[in-house]
Amino acid sequence: MSYLDRQGGGLLSWIASTDHKRIGLLYLALMTVFFFVAVGIGVAMRLKHLSGGDFLMTAQTYNALFTVHGVIMIFLFVIPGLPAVFGNFFLPILIGAKDVAFPRLNLLSWYFFVTGAALAVLSLFTGHGPPDTGWTFYVPFSIKTGTNVSLAVLAAFVLGLSSILTGLNFITTIHRLRAPGMTWHRMPLFVWSLYATAWIQVLVTPIIGITLVLVILERFFNIGVFDPAKGGDPLLYQHMFWTYSHPAVYIMIVPAMGAISEIIPTFSRKSIFGYNAIAYSSIAIAGFGSMVWAHHMFTSGMADTADFVFSLLTFIVAVPSAIKVFNWTATLYKGSIEMSPAMLYALSFVFLFAIGGLTGVMQGALGLNVHLHDTYWIVGHFHYVMFGGTGFAFFAALLYWFPKMTGRMYAARPAYAAWGLTFTGFNILYFTMLVLGAQGMPRRYYAHLPQFHDAHLVATAGSWLLAAGLVTLFSNFICALFRGRKAEANPWGGITLEWTISSPPPTENFAEVPTVTAGPYAYNPGRPG
Amino acid sequence: MSETVHHDYQGAKIGMWLFLFTEFMLFGGLFILYAGSRALNPEAFHSAGRELSVPLGVANTVILLTSSLFVAAAITAIQKGNKKLSLILTGLTAACGALFLVNKAAEWGMKFHHGIYPNGPGLAQRPAGEALFFGLYYIMTGLHGLHVLAGTVLLTVMAVLVSRERVRQDDYVLLENSGLYWHLVDVIWIFLLPLFYLAA
Repeated sequence: MSYLDRQGGGLLSWIASTDHKRIGLLYLALMTVFFFVAVGIGVAMRLKHLSGGDFLMTAQTYNALFTVHGVIMIFLFVIPGLPAVFGNFFLPILIGAKDVAFPRLNLLSWYFFVTGAALAVLSLFTGHGPPDTGWTFYVPFSIKTGTNVSLAVLAAFVLGLSSILTGLNFITTIHRLRAPGMTWHRMPLFVWSLYATAWIQVLVTPIIGITLVLVILERFFNIGVFDPAKGGDPLLYQHMFWTYSHPAVYIMIVPAMGAISEIIPTFSRKSIFGYNAIAYSSIAIAGFGSMVWAHHMFTSGMADTADFVFSLLTFIVAVPSAIKVFNWTATLYKGSIEMSPAMLYALSFVFLFAIGGLTGVMQGALGLNVHLHDTYWIVGHFHYVMFGGTGFAFFAALLYWFPKMTGRMYAARPAYAAWGLTFTGFNILYFTMLVLGAQGMPRRYYAHLPQFHDAHLVATAGSWLLAAGLVTLFSNFICALFRGRKAEANPWGGITLEWTISSPPPTENFAEVPTVTAGPYAYNPGRPG
Repeated sequence: MSETVHHDYQGAKIGMWLFLFTEFMLFGGLFILYAGSRALNPEAFHSAGRELSVPLGVANTVILLTSSLFVAAAITAIQKGNKKLSLILTGLTAACGALFLVNKAAEWGMKFHHGIYPNGPGLAQRPAGEALFFGLYYIMTGLHGLHVLAGTVLLTVMAVLVSRERVRQDDYVLLENSGLYWHLVDVIWIFLLPLFYLAA
């Protein structure tokens, strides 16, 4: 009996289930819907740029679209994405446990997520129009604008609660529920990455929580904590916002790196190179990543000393990321590489993340930053990290674990076609943005000057390819759900614990608690590396 | 599947401590805000701080510290199997929480009476930083007050659970975690007292 067919198929057996696997799938379903809504909004924004002037929508609508695109993508897809879906589903299985430490709390997190999502949707259709501040909710505009900022901010607050509870649950699970013999250094690297991520979630999410509460209080009571006329300081808002929102970038990317660290050894038939380095670099990223926030504020007028310090720390945080990239590459060396769709996406992740990371280091340089700040370069950079990085890793993880989660195989050919479309479209869209930004095209502008027009057309054409690829990818999954052939227990030849149980997994995961005697990627026992 | 989980005391306490970390960070954001605001308006904070009643603030401190003692003793009592004593001490802790809130409400009420609230008449003629001081005072003691309220409710529930023996000598982690939460409420107040009442 698998977890999918117990208790019949009634809706209640899903939405009241404390089974970590069912909760993972609930997140996946809701997130996919929101992801496509936000993709649609992104395509609409690109369509607007088919013309430099008034076209398709008003400037106010355009402002609302980029705000809503950002809020949905960040708070409802990229931040919760890998931990909530694959973390929930696989964390207990990967460490040989039957569930997370607090199953009911896990269900509560899911309900906070649903509530946050509902509030976000509500903010679009009530009050005086959808928020138009950008996802960063910068003061003073977020306090003065008449649009529905309060509700959107409340939505982000509730989603933060969901994120905190998931993190708290994961840390406790990893500390308490590892199977016998599952020592810290035998844990799969995805678990290590979830551990590092969970600490960031627990420690920094409350800061955005209180900051968002302050925005709401300011909107209702006009206290003036960010208003210079009343003795407050608007820069404090930016500091408090980025104290969370920069580490949040690592909440997004670190689990993605963890998933990649699972996929590459499996399809190279080889133990991972530098296990300890990859494990501890996740912790290092969590640590250093919490101390670089003000590199978002180099042009804000804060002290020069602060500029120097944050610039230096920004360069340092690139080191652990680079360690991972080198180790993944070294893992491939002399491996028996199988170019499955999951592996193709994983390798694309490494390539795209490298571009995203290196452009990030360039922005960390103070002189260059002044030129690049608030341009399409920034938009290109963070899409390389968030989408080329986390997004592609999410697809890789889905391609890798889909047979295990659903018990069905998807067709390989459409998956390859989807990769070709997304990878090509992605680079046409976002590399063009890097170029546009370096030439001076400001971000979030409704109109653009004639000299930028050709590049805008190229980028828009890229967005079509990318969208077509995403539709191909996900329709392939949906077809597989209904018509895919049954998946074997171990279709890829993986050796972590999830491949030792049937597909889909039984309700209790393991008939008897497994005893672990070796590291997670022991493909070639007796031979080093 | 959850039987084993329910009895993982260590796990329950790890979970509680992680939750307390999030609470510290939540208030931490406000302490940063306070530090930044005070650095910008040192004189206004000094003069506004003189208007808060030190005796009332100290009284509330004594109340909270005593209640922390009560809850710690309540946990020891249940460990030793003395249900009745534990029940009394848990009840006393909750009562202290309620007393704190009454005191706080009276204090806020007096300030409101003098027009000292955001954009109130009592602040209209004063320098900008003083209004900010009282704004922060309301935000931070308000958030703390909500935590006291939550803790008081929590401890009342605990008293009921102790009397029904859902919390007992061999299963008292709920009371222990509630005690941890109550200590957090206490510790936050220990920082609020000097920042506002002794700011002058």
